[in-house]
Amino acid sequence: MLNKNNLIKIGLIMVTGIVLAILNATLGRYQLRILNLAGIYIVLGLSLNLINGFTGLFSLGHAGFMAVGAYASALLTMSPAQKSVNFFVKPIVPFLANIEIGFLPAIIIGGVVAAIVGAVLAAPILRLKDDYLAIATLGFGEIIRVVFTNTQSLTNGALGLKGLPSYTNTGYTWTIVIITIAFMFSLRRSSYGKAFMAIREDEIAAESMGIDLFKHKLLAFTIGSFFAGVGGALLAHLMGTIDPLMFRFLMTFNILLIVVLGGIGSISGTIISAIIVTISMEWLRFLDGPIDLGFAVIHSVPGMRMVLFSLLLMIVILYYQHGLMGQDEITLEFVKEKLKRFKKKEA
Amino acid sequence: MSYEIFLQHLSNGIALGSLYALIAIGYTMVYGILRLINFAHGDIFMVATYVMFYGVTMFFMPWGVAVVVAILLTGALGITVERLAYRPLRNSPRISVMISAIGASYLIENLSIVIFGGRPKAFPIPEFFNHVSHIGSISIPRANFFIPVITFVALVILLYIVNKTKTGMAMRAVSKDYEAARLMGINVDNIISITFGIGSMLAAVGGIMWGIKYPNLIPLLGLMPGLKAFIAAVIGGIGNIKGAVLGGFLLGMSEIMIIAFLPSLTGYRDAFAFILLIAILLFKPDGLLGKNVTEKV
Repeated sequence: MLNKNNLIKIGLIMVTGIVLAILNATLGRYQLRILNLAGIYIVLGLSLNLINGFTGLFSLGHAGFMAVGAYASALLTMSPAQKSVNFFVKPIVPFLANIEIGFLPAIIIGGVVAAIVGAVLAAPILRLKDDYLAIATLGFGEIIRVVFTNTQSLTNGALGLKGLPSYTNTGYTWTIVIITIAFMFSLRRSSYGKAFMAIREDEIAAESMGIDLFKHKLLAFTIGSFFAGVGGALLAHLMGTIDPLMFRFLMTFNILLIVVLGGIGSISGTIISAIIVTISMEWLRFLDGPIDLGFAVIHSVPGMRMVLFSLLLMIVILYYQHGLMGQDEITLEFVKEKLKRFKKKEA
Repeated sequence: MSYEIFLQHLSNGIALGSLYALIAIGYTMVYGILRLINFAHGDIFMVATYVMFYGVTMFFMPWGVAVVVAILLTGALGITVERLAYRPLRNSPRISVMISAIGASYLIENLSIVIFGGRPKAFPIPEFFNHVSHIGSISIPRANFFIPVITFVALVILLYIVNKTKTGMAMRAVSKDYEAARLMGINVDNIISITFGIGSMLAAVGGIMWGIKYPNLIPLLGLMPGLKAFIAAVIGGIGNIKGAVLGGFLLGMSEIMIIAFLPSLTGYRDAFAFILLIAILLFKPDGLLGKNVTEKV
């Protein structure tokens, strides 16, 4: 089916690939790290967008599912020697002690484990609505974190895991990003995606049209958790160390910020805002240090950066609820439409 | 476990339960009127402890004056949060209001880190509360006696306001039916402000007593008690003031007792409240004292 649209899409992916290859060859280590981080946040943002934006389930437990993916993959990729160095308080459970597998299967297993945990936890609570669901999922995030802090022989508890092989690179991250984006677009076009959005718009109406609420909600939650786990696995192998405190509510907050800023329900909005938020989070680091205004020096105020981001979230939600894109997408049709209007104006 | 040790835990459980109860009332009142989880409530509670700290150590206020200042300022903060973060979204989808609530909570936390600093501070405990009573082999700090008493007094005052005054009647009317109350000439916005004010002042009372009992102040101090108090409100039946108190006591007591009877589960203490919450939501979603509301199309 090589029609014009598909050709353009393939071309776009190739251009993205070439741009990324050039970036990969020219950027320094620090910038590359940010590039990877941006990709990871795209995956995470899209997965939360699927649950919150498409299906309208307000979930706040994302960090917990990320933690599951991160730990599951890390325990599989670490070498037996590295594991025995880490687990000095209590030895690791025997069946994990001698496993060492490649990165790609580890990512997939991380995602699958996160999806299973997500499905098992979500199944009983999916009949809850709005704020109750939010608080229950927030609870899941906390429960997962507390459990990981206490299962010393499985996760090494509060000490965390150190010395993960740093497998995450631009190739892995952005291949997964492109697969995720393609998956999200085709999911939304499918009957499942339509059902998700029907549930978001009006649950009762959707149910009376014959949509199985439970099945679709569970499906959305499971897929979302899968990608959260994949994102967690990538993040773990980028950072090199993980511990339960990394996956506090703050992590969910950052992802929520990305989704809200991009426009709840918009795929392209999420992508753009993930890139903007990741880069500005790094770029604004100077705010936490001393600032030289030329005539005066402001002493360093650690935390200023996060104040700015919380303010940003407030301002977007109060005055600009659509975010960057609302529920629109930058698709070929969207671009064509804009171009047409632009040409008309010129004429 | 001996009888004495059980009594010791009982006194701790009652004190913790009263604190949860006081914070839970704020959640339940706001939820009753706006159908909104005020995520910032726990942080408002935290600000009260810091106002006390700075009032006593920096402005050299006598302890009693600092208490009054802290309660009033915290009430004002609650009203401000409502006006800035919730009022503009009165007619927006609920998801937006919740995001705004989360944003407000994060803003207060991060501002506190900037203003108060992340280093832990010691809450100024007055001499009076340093006393510990010894009854037989158990020792009970004076705070454990006073916390339930103060909670009880605050609850009586609150129930008087809600049930006997005109403002209270208006509050009940708004929580029953927002639109009808407006049509009856009630200034709904004012009533909502008053509700936030009262809820935040109760949180301030809770915060001050929390400081006496756990004097280690950090800007994120309100997070866990806030979430647990919300859970307490849900357990009791959200929107119901007596339910919030009941839920608070149940949660505080069972948290202490679980640790007392099963010390190996101590690490899971913070997860316990959430497990309880999910169990309640599954088997009795309207809480212990809540009314069953069916959904109308």
